[in-house]
Amino acid sequence: MNFEQIISVLSKKSVGIAGCGGLGSNCAVALARVGIGKLVICDFDIVVESNLNRQYFFYSQIDMKKSFALKENIKNINPFIVVEAHDIKLEHNNIPSFFQHCDVIVEAFDRADMKQMIIETVLDEMPETPLVCGIGLAGWGNSNAIKMKQTGNLYVCGDGDSEVTEDSPPLAPRVGIVANMQANTVIEILLNESK
Amino acid sequence: MKYFLTNQNEYMDIILNNNKEHFEVENLSVDELLKVKKFTFKMLIVKINGKVVKQPEYYNTYIKDGDNVTVLHLISGG
Repeated sequence: MNFEQIISVLSKKSVGIAGCGGLGSNCAVALARVGIGKLVICDFDIVVESNLNRQYFFYSQIDMKKSFALKENIKNINPFIVVEAHDIKLEHNNIPSFFQHCDVIVEAFDRADMKQMIIETVLDEMPETPLVCGIGLAGWGNSNAIKMKQTGNLYVCGDGDSEVTEDSPPLAPRVGIVANMQANTVIEILLNESK
Repeated sequence: MKYFLTNQNEYMDIILNNNKEHFEVENLSVDELLKVKKFTFKMLIVKINGKVVKQPEYYNTYIKDGDNVTVLHLISGG
C-alpha cells in the first residue's frame, strides 16, 4: 500500500481516545499525522505544568481543558481531521454512547481502576469494537520489554508490569513508545480490515 | 468397545495467556487459578473464552478443560 492508498482507507475511519494524558495526547497526534478521518477525544482534566514532561501540550496551554487543548494541537498539525472533543469524565454508563461510531477505541487512562472499568465495559457492551490499551510504561530504558499482545479484540501495549511510583515516574520517551505503539496497532487493525 | 464408568476427566488442559497449561484437577475456580499462578495484583482483568469475569464472580466461576483464559495485570500509568 502506498501512502495515498493508506490515507484513502484511514480517512474514512473513526477512532475514540479515552483520556488525553501521556498516552492519549501522543497517540492522537500520531493518528492525526497519518490522516485518520475522525478522532473522538475525551478527558475531564486540565493541563498543568507537570504534564509537560510527557504530554503533547505547550506551556501556553496550562490551565486549558486537556480535550480542547489537544483538539487545538491536532488541528494545527492536520486541519482536515474531524475532532470531537468532550470535556467529560468517562464512566461505565457513558462510554458506549461516546464511542458507538468508532472503529477502534484507545484506552489512555492513567489509573489502573479506570483501565479495568473501560476494558470491562467495552468487552461486555461493545465486544465487536477493538480496544487498544497501554499497560506498563513507567521509568526509562528497557525499551525491548515493551510489546503488543492480542487476545481477541483486546490489544495490550506496554511492558505489562512497570508501575508508576515516586522513583519510577512516567517520562516522555517510554510513554511515547507505548502511545505510538498503540497508534501503530490502531492503523494495523484498520488497514488489515480493508484488505 | 470400551466402557467408562464416568466420562469426567481427572485433569484439564487450558490455554492461559496464550500458553498451554496442564492441571491435575478436573476444574478450578478463577480464584484458585489466580492463587496457584500467583496473579497477586489487586486490579485484574480475567477473560474466559472471550467473556469477562468480574471480581465478585471469581469464587463461583469455574475453569474447565479446553478453556482459553486471559489474565491481565492492570497497572497505573498513562
